[in-house]
Amino acid sequence: MPNPTYIILILLLPLASFLLMGLFGRSYIKNASGLISTAMLFVATCLAFYVAYGYFFEYGNVNGVYQKLIPFKYTWLEFSKGVSIDMGILLDPITAMMLVVVTLISLMVHIYSLGYMKGEERFATYYSFLGLFTFSMLGLVIASNIFQIYIFWELVGVSSFLLIGYYFEKPSAVAACKKAFIVTRFADLGFLIGILILSFYAGTLDFNTLIQRLTSPESMEFKTAVASSFLGISALTWGMVLVFVGGAGKSAMFPLHIWLPDAMEGPTPVSALIHAATMVVAGVFLVARLFPVFALSTPDALHIVAYVGATSALIAAIIACTQTDIKRVLAFSTMSQIGFMMFALGVSKYGGEEGLGYTASMFHLFTHALFKALLFLGAGAVIHFVHSNDMNDMGGLRKHLPITHATFLIACLAISGVPPFAGFFSKEEILLAAFQHNPTIYWIALLTSGLTAFYMFRLYFSIFWNKEYHPHGEHHGEGGFAMMMPLVLLAVGAAAAGFIPFGKFVSSDGKALISEFHLQFSIAPVALGLVGILTALLLYKKQNSKPDTIASSLNALYKAAYHKFYIDELYLFITKKILFNLVGRPAAWFDKNVVDGMVNATGNSTQTISEKIKGFQSGKVQEYAIYFLAGATALAVCGIYLWK
Amino acid sequence: MMQPGLYHILFISAALFFIGVFGFFTRRNLITMLMSVELILNSVNLNFIAFNKYLWADKLDGLFFTIFVIAIAAAEAAIAIAIIINLSRNFQSIDVEKTDEMKF
Repeated sequence: MPNPTYIILILLLPLASFLLMGLFGRSYIKNASGLISTAMLFVATCLAFYVAYGYFFEYGNVNGVYQKLIPFKYTWLEFSKGVSIDMGILLDPITAMMLVVVTLISLMVHIYSLGYMKGEERFATYYSFLGLFTFSMLGLVIASNIFQIYIFWELVGVSSFLLIGYYFEKPSAVAACKKAFIVTRFADLGFLIGILILSFYAGTLDFNTLIQRLTSPESMEFKTAVASSFLGISALTWGMVLVFVGGAGKSAMFPLHIWLPDAMEGPTPVSALIHAATMVVAGVFLVARLFPVFALSTPDALHIVAYVGATSALIAAIIACTQTDIKRVLAFSTMSQIGFMMFALGVSKYGGEEGLGYTASMFHLFTHALFKALLFLGAGAVIHFVHSNDMNDMGGLRKHLPITHATFLIACLAISGVPPFAGFFSKEEILLAAFQHNPTIYWIALLTSGLTAFYMFRLYFSIFWNKEYHPHGEHHGEGGFAMMMPLVLLAVGAAAAGFIPFGKFVSSDGKALISEFHLQFSIAPVALGLVGILTALLLYKKQNSKPDTIASSLNALYKAAYHKFYIDELYLFITKKILFNLVGRPAAWFDKNVVDGMVNATGNSTQTISEKIKGFQSGKVQEYAIYFLAGATALAVCGIYLWK
Repeated sequence: MMQPGLYHILFISAALFFIGVFGFFTRRNLITMLMSVELILNSVNLNFIAFNKYLWADKLDGLFFTIFVIAIAAAEAAIAIAIIINLSRNFQSIDVEKTDEMKF
């Protein structure tokens, strides 16, 4: 068995960094705060690698099956026998993988921020928030209890709120952080109800027991959960769908994705953290965590996962082609890639060869974390240089930012699925899984991967080629060592991570899954990707009027995509016009008139009555004596009369 | 000479009581009101003594009570006079009608 102390330390180091920087950072260790946090996270990362190595190569594998180990468990709140909120560690392949991903990406972001956030007024606060964010995500991935995951889930929400609203002087950042918090919080309501339904029927909150009870058709819990239904759908399916709603909110799946593009208001390294390792992959992780229940007991809910994922992937890719803010393009590409992971889970089955989608999804999560972090950090370096987010202000930067250029190109190739970069292998597996199980989704995915290549290279050419860049004013060149080192490390990862035999380590049932490489199968997506890249090359390598011509010829579609298909407006219409008018106003009226009215009436009547009878307190002693005598006499008369 | 019976004494005590009550309500002078209160207390004392003597001549409870009442009346008189002195210093009067500031 693994030593739980190390895993707890991985968790506690970012927490300690949060507390230390939050309490003392601003006043005592302002300038050193970044280095101290980074050093703490470095230790956590080393421990995470050590734990993952131990799990994958030493004790995790028993007779060819990776076990679900519980090295530590503390019963925290016990409601009744079997139902308790525990604080525990569940160590299985995806946990071990996520520990590495989260700490690694977070470490890269910490190092990068040393350069990027240098000289910020609230430098220490920034690092304390980063620590909290990392801590919450790590807590989420190790959770052994569905309620524990919910606690850390909400912590992730809070820390993303804090980081997105980091520049709180800007009204747009305030609006963005509120939006992110409210939208995800709204989705979390679904998650909470889902937890309650599942735990009510399973009679436990513990993951292993819950999964085991809800997947075995003979168990009592499974039978009742399937037998009881609401609106013609079984309670179990409802529970899983509601849990997925929570996951969709955090993972920015259509139609709950509206917070993600706005979340770009935070500092760029934070976007890297949100998009690559924490927050948005939480939803995928949750579905993966409950995957046996999804796959074995509620295939309908899994279909919803698949179609929501595919829709999000396609819509986000279309929108990304039209945006001009580079961070927004990346945001939509994240949404699209998360959509890939979701539908990969959605088309997967449990166990053996059929579980390819699960492995592919986790693989894509892993590789995506590397290249998306790289893209965001690269974009950060570009923004640092140009002081603008808009593509139109950029162009020709390859001569000014050679390292950024090279690493960004690697990331773009990786996300476009060009062999032999990391994205190629994971995307291939996803497409293969979709091809085997759901042709509709396969075609959507194929189209999306072509679009991905197009919009990524549109971004790349617009930033680094297109026109000549004429630096104006002071010029500080490429960022320092702190900013370049993470880029290079991540670029190495994005280039090489694809060669990891992922199926050997992570699969739906723990047994090694050897995925074969089909050359003829990968021709289509790679060719489509190359077509996308070539199109982008033709349109954006040199400044010309072709893109505008195409945009105007696609008038309505282009406009709709540019405005993100008016989904934000739709939400505003629903909330402002319908909810506020039909629910908000009547509720306000009821509150003002009925609730307040009752309180006021009590107060008013008390006042009127006391106004009338206050004359009794005249201040004249003899009057009081008369009342007293009258009372005593009355009592005496009563007493005599009743005594008789 | 006729020995006075219980009823005679009760009659006197009742008369004293109501004289005291009447005085308490009608006088405006605080000293007079205090005297009326003393009358009421003494009527009660008379009752105690009378019942003790005529009904339970072998016991002393009524007498003890009377002594208590006298002691408390003395204390009460001391306090009342202190209050009256303070009033007369603040209001230059001991008319109970004029000391009606403690009202709503």
